Amino acid sequence: MKELIGAYIIWYRDILRFWHDKTRMIGAVTFPLLFLVVFGSGLSARMGTFAPGVDFTRFMFPGVIGMTVLMTSFSAGVGVVWDREFGFLKEVLVAPISRVTVALGKALGSATIAMVQGVVILLFAPLLGIKLSAGTVLELLALMFLLAISMGSMGILLATRIRSMEAFQAVMQMLLFPMVFLSGVFFAVAELPGWMSLLVKVNPATYGVTPLRQVMLGDMAGAFNIEVLGRVMSIWDSVSVMAVFGAAMILLAMWSFGHQE
Amino acid sequence: MNNHAVQVEDLVKKFGNLVAVDKVSFSVSPGEVFGFLGPNGAGKTTTINILCTLLKPTSGQASIGGYDVVRHQSQVRQSIGLVFQDPSLDERLNALQNLRFHAMVYHMPARLRDERIEQMLRMVELWDKRDSEVRTFSGGMKRRLELARGLLHSPKVLFLDEPTLGLDPQTRKHIWEYILGLREREGTTIFLTTHYMEEADKADRIAIIDQGRLVAMDKPERLKAMVGRDIISVKTADDARAAGEIVERYQTNVRRDNGISFEVSCGEEFLPGFIRDFGTRILSISLRHPSLEDVFLKLTGREIREEEVTDTFKATIRQHGRRTRH
Repeated sequence: MKELIGAYIIWYRDILRFWHDKTRMIGAVTFPLLFLVVFGSGLSARMGTFAPGVDFTRFMFPGVIGMTVLMTSFSAGVGVVWDREFGFLKEVLVAPISRVTVALGKALGSATIAMVQGVVILLFAPLLGIKLSAGTVLELLALMFLLAISMGSMGILLATRIRSMEAFQAVMQMLLFPMVFLSGVFFAVAELPGWMSLLVKVNPATYGVTPLRQVMLGDMAGAFNIEVLGRVMSIWDSVSVMAVFGAAMILLAMWSFGHQE
Repeated sequence: MNNHAVQVEDLVKKFGNLVAVDKVSFSVSPGEVFGFLGPNGAGKTTTINILCTLLKPTSGQASIGGYDVVRHQSQVRQSIGLVFQDPSLDERLNALQNLRFHAMVYHMPARLRDERIEQMLRMVELWDKRDSEVRTFSGGMKRRLELARGLLHSPKVLFLDEPTLGLDPQTRKHIWEYILGLREREGTTIFLTTHYMEEADKADRIAIIDQGRLVAMDKPERLKAMVGRDIISVKTADDARAAGEIVERYQTNVRRDNGISFEVSCGEEFLPGFIRDFGTRILSISLRHPSLEDVFLKLTGREIREEEVTDTFKATIRQHGRRTRH
């Protein structure tokens, strides 16, 4: 019980900080929205349809949600590095709650913030002419959470090992952009050259973005399915991959956070 | 279980080949103000970090209120409060939020929480600033807030790692009033490191650590008595003759620099007779007790303050900050 309260208060602080930082909130959703609107209206006509009934905006929308969730949750690690640099981490580390709890609270905090930002984008769906049923929205939320907690844990894991802000940011750029580009956010991954297709398939983010698209587009998503080891990945297949990856990340993050010199 | 507030036995901490703490043993009684002194890099902060469970000892044992710092981390953490050398506040939150966070992670009962927060904030005179973001606070205000936070959960032992470093004399005085008042009211044991010798003098007992080893531990006055006797400096109309007279009369060594100085046991009692009976005309006279600074110099071969300048850039900045504030 004490540990649960501990995780809650760690989570609560992150939410509080996020709430105080309105600029960050606005900035984080402006970019993906701009992307959708500018590219959507600018390129839609030129690019035609991706598959029967799927225009550029429709194709991009789930990808952009995935990207927002992925990037926001991953940058949770920044918070840990920041806390270390500004000393607050010490206050947390000498408190009578276990490190495992701290890591869990951090992962949940980053997942929550990523979800909030994903939901803000989701709210724009009607404006972009995308109709979503309540059931679809619930499924999307579950998928977003899975992606967020997995990537958030990965960010925290890295932050326990990378001590300086500069280094962390460099590593983040190095990992984040390839992960986003090679996850099918911006283009269909079905018909890529072999080496690229391989990178897409080993990229965990792919299994977070693909099911979002499958859920949102329903039957029309067939053209964007990916095939791994001769098996067309269903939603559940992708979710399983993501869940295994996420579980590994959160356990590693907890272990690494708890490690004492 | 034992009744020491802090007990350390044969504590060793190595970082690779570097031995930061080398077989250190000491104990602190409940309610004691214990000063831990040493040049930078002597192992002070490493020892504190082991005691507050941030580092694991390589060998040896340490316990707080009978709880082992490796095996009973949670109990140890619950029994200690900390004010670190470097700030450890969340600058984006306000004073109240920082304290609430602390109260919750230390499992303080809800009904006690707000009452105690108000009491602590009033004590450090920050109650009016409770809703301001910490990043708008001055260095002294931040330190006071940290002190309030460190005391919030009524710890048995309060660790203060350079609690007044870089603060102006007035704030330093205030902080000491809070600290000593607290010991009186709550019987808190205080474990302190400091560079300021006049602050170390306030400790009941002092341990001096150098290159990882404990080189001395005693009451401040006993330590001072250990390095030497009181120093009398006189200026006379004829120093050469006066020096001869002193050597002849008191069988002691004299030092001739700017005047004459020599050591005696009980300076205060010695002076009246000396002045009455001395044959050479005295122009001026002064009596100086050995200071902790002298103790430190004698034991470590270094002055406690000059050490910092050669250390890290950060320390240099701090030193600079302090000089300009003096």
